[in-house]
Amino acid sequence: MSALDYRLGIDVGGTNTDAVILDRADQVLAKAKVPTTRDVTGGIVAALDAVIGGSEVDKSRITHAMLGTTHATNAVLERRKLHRVAVIRIGAPATLGVRPMFGWPADLTAVVSAGATIVAGGIEFDGKDLSPFDDDAVAAFLGSVAGRCDGVAITSVFAPVSPRHELLAAEIVKRELGEVPVSLSHEIGSVGLLERENATILNAALAGVAGDVARALGEALAAHDLSPVTFFAQNDGTLMALDHALRYPVLTIGSGPANSIRGAAFLTGRTDALVADVGGTSTDVGVLVNGFPRESSQGVEIGGIRTNFRMPDLVTIALGGGTVLFDDDGAARLGPESVGYRLMDEALIFGGSTPTLTDSAVATGRALLGDPSLVESARPLLEAASLASDIELADAIDRVKTAKGDLTLIAVGGGSILIPAELPGVSEVIRPDHFDAANAIGAAIASVSGQVDRIFHFGPGGRKAALDEASQEARDHAVAAGADPGTVQIVELEEIPLAYLTSPAVRIRAKAAGALGGLYAYSPSQH
Amino acid sequence: MKRLLDEPALRSLARGCAVLGTGGGGDPHIGLLLALQALAEVGPTELVDLDDLPADALIMPCGMVGAPTVHIEKIENGDEGAVLRDHLERLTGRTVAALMPAEIGGSNGLLPLTWAGRMGLPVVDADGMGRAFPLIPQVTMHLAGIDPNPGVMTDERGNVLVFSAVSGEWMERLERAAAVEFGGAGAATEYIMTVGQARDGAAVRGTFTLAIDIGDALTGAVGDPIAALVSVTGGFPLMTGKVTDVERRTTKGFVRGSVVVEGLGDDAGRLLRLEIQNENLVALEQGRVLASVPDLITVLDSETADAIPTERVRYGHRVTVIAMACAPVWRSPFGLEMAGPRAFGYDFDYVPVEELASVRA
Repeated sequence: MSALDYRLGIDVGGTNTDAVILDRADQVLAKAKVPTTRDVTGGIVAALDAVIGGSEVDKSRITHAMLGTTHATNAVLERRKLHRVAVIRIGAPATLGVRPMFGWPADLTAVVSAGATIVAGGIEFDGKDLSPFDDDAVAAFLGSVAGRCDGVAITSVFAPVSPRHELLAAEIVKRELGEVPVSLSHEIGSVGLLERENATILNAALAGVAGDVARALGEALAAHDLSPVTFFAQNDGTLMALDHALRYPVLTIGSGPANSIRGAAFLTGRTDALVADVGGTSTDVGVLVNGFPRESSQGVEIGGIRTNFRMPDLVTIALGGGTVLFDDDGAARLGPESVGYRLMDEALIFGGSTPTLTDSAVATGRALLGDPSLVESARPLLEAASLASDIELADAIDRVKTAKGDLTLIAVGGGSILIPAELPGVSEVIRPDHFDAANAIGAAIASVSGQVDRIFHFGPGGRKAALDEASQEARDHAVAAGADPGTVQIVELEEIPLAYLTSPAVRIRAKAAGALGGLYAYSPSQH
Repeated sequence: MKRLLDEPALRSLARGCAVLGTGGGGDPHIGLLLALQALAEVGPTELVDLDDLPADALIMPCGMVGAPTVHIEKIENGDEGAVLRDHLERLTGRTVAALMPAEIGGSNGLLPLTWAGRMGLPVVDADGMGRAFPLIPQVTMHLAGIDPNPGVMTDERGNVLVFSAVSGEWMERLERAAAVEFGGAGAATEYIMTVGQARDGAAVRGTFTLAIDIGDALTGAVGDPIAALVSVTGGFPLMTGKVTDVERRTTKGFVRGSVVVEGLGDDAGRLLRLEIQNENLVALEQGRVLASVPDLITVLDSETADAIPTERVRYGHRVTVIAMACAPVWRSPFGLEMAGPRAFGYDFDYVPVEELASVRA
């Protein structure tokens, strides 16, 4: 790995694509904001051109590039560029009542499925075999899909207790089909067979997307005579090396909000706070805990499919800098329409004819932008809208909390000028420098993580041995993902007891994080 | 009355089962998927009234015993019911005419109709609780003096255990222990009865129709879904507000705890406390009981009116808490002994929710 010098961070949002260049002291040398394009790649290339071309930065010193992108989400939503997946579930004679991909949108199944089977095998909750693993059935199924599938998704009942049948099946895939990409459910999701299986199938289907993005980025960088080491942002706010991203592309889904939260932590030095990321169309309110985004305990739906892999815990509301304001018989109605990146043409303060929340922020004195005199004609609407927006925001902030008490709110994102200096439930509002590029900065923070989320049975060592084992596994995963072993620390360790089960077992979530490449010491606050 | 359970009916049923689950009974989502796949493969299950069957016809009450965590991982194959039926018929020399869920609340309300559909039998429009309860003898068949024997349990592999227990309480102990060996959960039947016995009060009638009506009301509501729910159930809204405190702990496999809801809007200034043991058991305001078991207490999302399981209630949730009257048989002395406040360790006497509501008004 080349010695770390300048880092290029790029983050794709719904409205804009942001890029920054940071030096080794984490100073922002250059930043750029361009509209996100429909194909996403075009916006990334434009942001890259803008941040490199529009500054005096010595681009030859860029050694690392970090990308947070929405390619994977878009591929699922648009059913484009998805791989055909052979789906193997190990669990018969259990689970036959709900077959793989049952209830999926038909158009998505048609694109993704190369066939599915449920073979005998699987694990019981206590770690015993549910039934003997049927290797012949796996081989026979693979024979029937050979040449028709680009990847294989393997999910065993209670794989979070033991992955051994998934690993056996993966060996058979290698024997029968050669080097076909294989996604194993125990590496993707947690307890909940169907949701974990769905996430695993999506991961297998997305294998080509990650490769395409990496290639497009590489070409764009090469056009500037650059060949930095490339990393992808994942949805816990840390990075994965390219080879890791190619294996776990589904983990890039949700990386945008995670990047913003990490960027907010980085820019303020705070480790625990609320973070509001206000974009052009929507606002994500999340929670920073010990330097990382708090993860959602509930499943998430992607493209109409229930999944259960980790995602940042967010409350999202349809309020952004471009949100269009309507006068409903004297009452202000906010959006959900947004002028998006056309703000500079359409907002009142820029000489346009569409009242937006950005105009509200100027009318109420929260921001000094454009021509403030242009808001006067619409002042009553703009002030009413500002009031309504504050109420909605306070409500979102309250929903994302897990307990009473006032907390610090870090306001980031291009639209964060909407956020007032005081809000109910908030002790202080911090708007750091470079707030508008927090997401790209978050992507460029060079930390790498490893995680474990599975069921542990207490052996002779009891609870402590189980926690130690989970912690060590998380550390190992972090190092495998590219973290410097000397800097790896446990940043999260959580025990979740299982209801209605009396045996001494517990679900343990452990997360370790460390610095990329080992060039500077890791600390959660980064300052 | 006969009715074929098509997809809209099943989707409504799942929402209704969640409401009648009073926070427990497991997420009906997988139960719905099982039912939808059975619908696609073998056609709709028939729902029949007790009056449509001969009085001496045999009803098999059934459901899953064990941990919901196992149910979301080791999903049923859909044929467990047929194994139970075959063994029951061999043991008794009689023919099962229809299936019935032991409890309508939660995921157990849906499974028996999948089993029934796959073996070409109807389900009766009734259940053994009218809600969800944690224990096997907390059923109306027990109150009516029906013998719990023979109990039969099976797993997805086809292992079968037959139980001959001296009481409903022993059936609970033995089946719970067996469930662990089966891998944390097993399919079970106990308290078989005739249609005549079910008509004479051993079952809670009309609960499938009620659950479907609840789901229809929530799905089709124009404007306020909570109001639609109240009108279809004759329930009592206790409070609309925000969850401000959740205390939950798992001991011996059961979730216990409490939830505090702070009133909003018309209820501003009020504070409601829910006591939880797997299900929502008691609603209190300033030490005063607003509703308690065996009446039903359900926490609903104020926006969607979807029932929120106890394990998913969290700070900041905008909720409406409603109470509904239980089946009258639960208000008998024996009913209260089995499932009244004292059966769950609370030291107060039961007062029906409608009386508590009229005192407040």
